[in-house]
Amino acid sequence: MSEKVLITKNLTKKFGDFVAVDNISFDLEKGEIFGFLGANGAGKTTAMKMLIGISKPTSGSATVAGFDIYKQTELVKSNIGYMSQKFSLYDDLTVIENIRFFAGIYGLSDKEIKEKSDILIEKLEMKSEINTLVASLPLGWKQKLSFSIAIVHNPKIVFLDEPTGGVDPASRRLFWDLIYEAAHNGTTVFVTTHYMDEAEYCNRVSIMVDGRIEALDSPFNLKKQFKVNSIDEVFHQLARKATRQAD
Amino acid sequence: MNAINVENITMTYNKGKVKALNGVSFSVKKGEIFGLIGPDGAGKTSLFRILTTLLLADSGYAEVAGFDVVRDMKSIRKIVGYMPGKFSLYQDLTVEENLKFFATIFKTTVKENYHLIKEIYVQIEPFKDRRAGKLSGGMKQKLALCCALIHKPEVLFLDEPTTGVDPVSRKEFWSMLRNLKKEGISILVSTPYMDEANLCDNIALIKDGNILTVNTPNGIVESYKEKLYSIKSQNMYQLILDLRSYEETKKCFAFGESLHVTFKNDLVDLELLNNKLKSNGHENIEITEITPSIEDCFLALED
Repeated sequence: MSEKVLITKNLTKKFGDFVAVDNISFDLEKGEIFGFLGANGAGKTTAMKMLIGISKPTSGSATVAGFDIYKQTELVKSNIGYMSQKFSLYDDLTVIENIRFFAGIYGLSDKEIKEKSDILIEKLEMKSEINTLVASLPLGWKQKLSFSIAIVHNPKIVFLDEPTGGVDPASRRLFWDLIYEAAHNGTTVFVTTHYMDEAEYCNRVSIMVDGRIEALDSPFNLKKQFKVNSIDEVFHQLARKATRQAD
Repeated sequence: MNAINVENITMTYNKGKVKALNGVSFSVKKGEIFGLIGPDGAGKTSLFRILTTLLLADSGYAEVAGFDVVRDMKSIRKIVGYMPGKFSLYQDLTVEENLKFFATIFKTTVKENYHLIKEIYVQIEPFKDRRAGKLSGGMKQKLALCCALIHKPEVLFLDEPTTGVDPVSRKEFWSMLRNLKKEGISILVSTPYMDEANLCDNIALIKDGNILTVNTPNGIVESYKEKLYSIKSQNMYQLILDLRSYEETKKCFAFGESLHVTFKNDLVDLELLNNKLKSNGHENIEITEITPSIEDCFLALED
């Protein structure tokens, strides 16, 4: 039987009368790359906040990495990885300090931290930069480092919130190489992006409109279903129907 | 006369340690949309700040609407509109107050140039009494554009107006820009999204403070010299690993649903390649020669 790493059922979040996330249900498999798409204001961030255990749902249920997002939020947080464009690393710590700091936060032992940082530095080819302040690294390097740190504790699932915004085309692709590799090694990847070509790299994508999931399938099947040639066109067809004021 | 001339502009920070712009030159013709396209850290914002007289370049010369950015600073400030990448309006003034404030500063009225902003302003008018700081990202962006336009600038500077904006809203934003162009406003716009290049009349691709090329979007695609192939199979991750391991492969990048691949020798034997992929266990192999996109060109030019 396949292993479900994330299960949501009728997950809903209301702010007063406003239904930010409206009855969303989906399951993610081990090692799957899942693209979570939607226009600004569709409810992606609110949904993601519930799934990473920092916002309580109004109703519905979800388990993430095997833990309940109502009762076990601390266990959810320590068993997932998270990275966003806005928050990832401490600019005024060096590369190695950031690795040690986050590995420590995630509860790795000193011995594990030592081993992990060696492997990571080797893989990212950053040996000459270990004592460099993160602030002075090129953006593409920062993103790769911050992804590697987000999965330093081998989480079952990692959440990436627009990880490649503003990154140059080559670095953006090198970043996806890391995503592929992580998925290949069994980590489930939950990713939001505004680059529609990146949606094509996912095993499955969902498209959110006005708080609801309006489509969820593999890029191939979605294109077939909507009779178009790209996910960009699927997105436009669905997002145009939105009635909510865009964020 | 050109709307903007930039000649050999160099800009460094931290006493010369960080090079932001490295002898940059280009011109923007009157009435055109010129796109400055490149990733974060390319030097786009430094260039905008130099052209809007907010920053002095180390060396080089630049003029906007015929005015020297150093000597004629005051004249330039009257005739340009500038929308910075970071939201810079007064957060504790309302939507309407911000707009009136900018109109007054430039000695005009909202009424006088309302036709310029109407299409955009009607979308935020229902929130005209809301403080700017309380607006959503998309509405802030629209208000900032209105404020940059309200004095009918000759040249409009838009620094990454669509960053972080979803594809549908981005498309809307570009259709607004085309309408502004019809009003005769020259526009310099920067973006990290390569797919927006085709919406500009001319573009400069920029990286690490260097301009890689300046041309029309078509001109850039036409000057791409190599043969480019789109390759697919049922296992894309394995396909990347395999193609990169082949001796004859020059570059292999994921591009949406297929891989874009160039070979060291343009006369690569496709049948041989197909067989090689088959023997590595690939099925449903498709190899097609394709026309490059701007992003392919950027990848080819950057090294």
